Amino acid sequence: MTVLSPLSRGTGALVRNETRLFLRDGGSLFFALVFPAVLLIGVGLAIPGMDERIPAGAGAGLPMIAFMIPPVLAAAVATPSLSTVPATIAAYREQGVLTRLSTTPMRPAGVLVAQLVVGVAAFLVATVLALAVGALVFTIPVPQQPLLVVVAVLLGAVAMFSVGMIIAARATKAATAQGVGMLVYFPMLFFAGLWTPGPVMPDAVAAVATWTPLGAASQAISAGWLGGGTPWLQLAVLVGYTVIGIAISARVFRWS
Amino acid sequence: MPVLEARHLRKAYGSTLAVDDVSLTLEEGQIVAVLGPNGAGKTTTVEMIAGLRQADAGTVRVLGLDPQADPHAVREQLGMQLQAARLPGRITVAEAVQLYASFYTDPADPAELLELLGLTGKVDTKFKDLSGGQQQRLSIALALVGRPKIAILDELTTGLDPHARREVWQLIESVRGSGVSILLVTHFMEEAERLADRVVIVDEGRVVAQGSPTELTARAEGDYAFQMQFAEQLPAELVESLRRLPEVTDLTIGDHGCTVTGLPMALPAVVGRLGAADRVPTDIHTMTRSLEDVFVQLTSEVPVP
Repeated sequence: MTVLSPLSRGTGALVRNETRLFLRDGGSLFFALVFPAVLLIGVGLAIPGMDERIPAGAGAGLPMIAFMIPPVLAAAVATPSLSTVPATIAAYREQGVLTRLSTTPMRPAGVLVAQLVVGVAAFLVATVLALAVGALVFTIPVPQQPLLVVVAVLLGAVAMFSVGMIIAARATKAATAQGVGMLVYFPMLFFAGLWTPGPVMPDAVAAVATWTPLGAASQAISAGWLGGGTPWLQLAVLVGYTVIGIAISARVFRWS
Repeated sequence: MPVLEARHLRKAYGSTLAVDDVSLTLEEGQIVAVLGPNGAGKTTTVEMIAGLRQADAGTVRVLGLDPQADPHAVREQLGMQLQAARLPGRITVAEAVQLYASFYTDPADPAELLELLGLTGKVDTKFKDLSGGQQQRLSIALALVGRPKIAILDELTTGLDPHARREVWQLIESVRGSGVSILLVTHFMEEAERLADRVVIVDEGRVVAQGSPTELTARAEGDYAFQMQFAEQLPAELVESLRRLPEVTDLTIGDHGCTVTGLPMALPAVVGRLGAADRVPTDIHTMTRSLEDVFVQLTSEVPVP
């Protein structure tokens, strides 16, 4: 358990407790689990020609929807990581839930990690659900490197939640957390390729996107799914954002 | 050797001075009440003592540790119930106590603690469905679950009905009986009078008086008072002769009878003189000061009960 040693005693119990509270909150639970599926189906049906195969050039033979999966998953993780979960922590701060925790041996890192674990786990379940539903509606190609896809999705989610925790560490009101989250949200979605997926994204933009957490996640997932070698740089960028995000948020964290 | 000692604490928020100069000590096994009107700086004081807030000046020692330098060091041994602290609405009583127990090295048994606090029948009730008194009792449970040596309890009975308040008081007495030293923050005179070994009265960020409730309510010499009623009005010359008694400093006749202030020997002297004049009061009662009288006299505003 050396990995967990910097965390306070009871962090595991806090994770279980936050999971229980999350499962008890019907509305949030439904939204968290269904949102990625709705987003994927929505994008797939709203944009014409998503099920048509690309005749020639880059990605020839693949259906258009295949290029939308990475940015859609990226968008699906951005919502809880930048908005919902920071708002939850800010609401805890607003209500005095964190004030009570501050009187115990529990440290800020424990609070952040508990929310991160619950958020990432919920997103992974929702992703499986989205892909299962997506596969029923569209022709989704089988990933070329399934393990890489899993690693990229997991690492991308952890990196995004870590960045969101910086907002969560400071915001004194749920509404503030959501507002700040939204400011970061749209630039991130742009770099993730929601409007210029896969080969459509200009090279210069893609080069910048590699250094953003959501862009790196989208590119890494894309490489695993559609082929293109192991995206070492993107994976390293995601690890970097995770380490920096957790370190900054634990440092600037305020209890009240 | 005090378990807790604060010296000359000071804290300003911008241009507002919340705490000007507060010093207090808590001896092992004692209950010390910090009493003062709303906004007197009581909560800020205990937050500085616990290391939850950085003091602008002053020193704190809690069990030999310095919470201002290392707030985390005292968490295991200092239990706290803060007025502003809440729990998520959907957590149940049992879950909350078990969760908080998991934060400490040597926690109390959650079941025993809930039994002590009379919450055994409520273990599966969610926090938001508890009554105010039950929420406060759960708060005390969480402050005690780490088996602290010291507990700081802030405005514990505010918002409770008189019955629930008395229940909480009994509970605090039994907690003290188990060896925990308690720093109690309150604006209720009755609470301080009933529970505290020592009372520190704080107003506008400064300590205006401290001592045991008895010391604080004791009148200074020449400040002893009693009231008498008579069936008939006293003759003026008799009243004058009473006023001239060396033990009497003042005598007034009003709607509530005759009020005498003076030395402790004023009562026998006055009754003796009345007896010589063949007058007997129909009623005599001595007027003891309550902590409330002291409080109102010392602090700038009358607290809202």
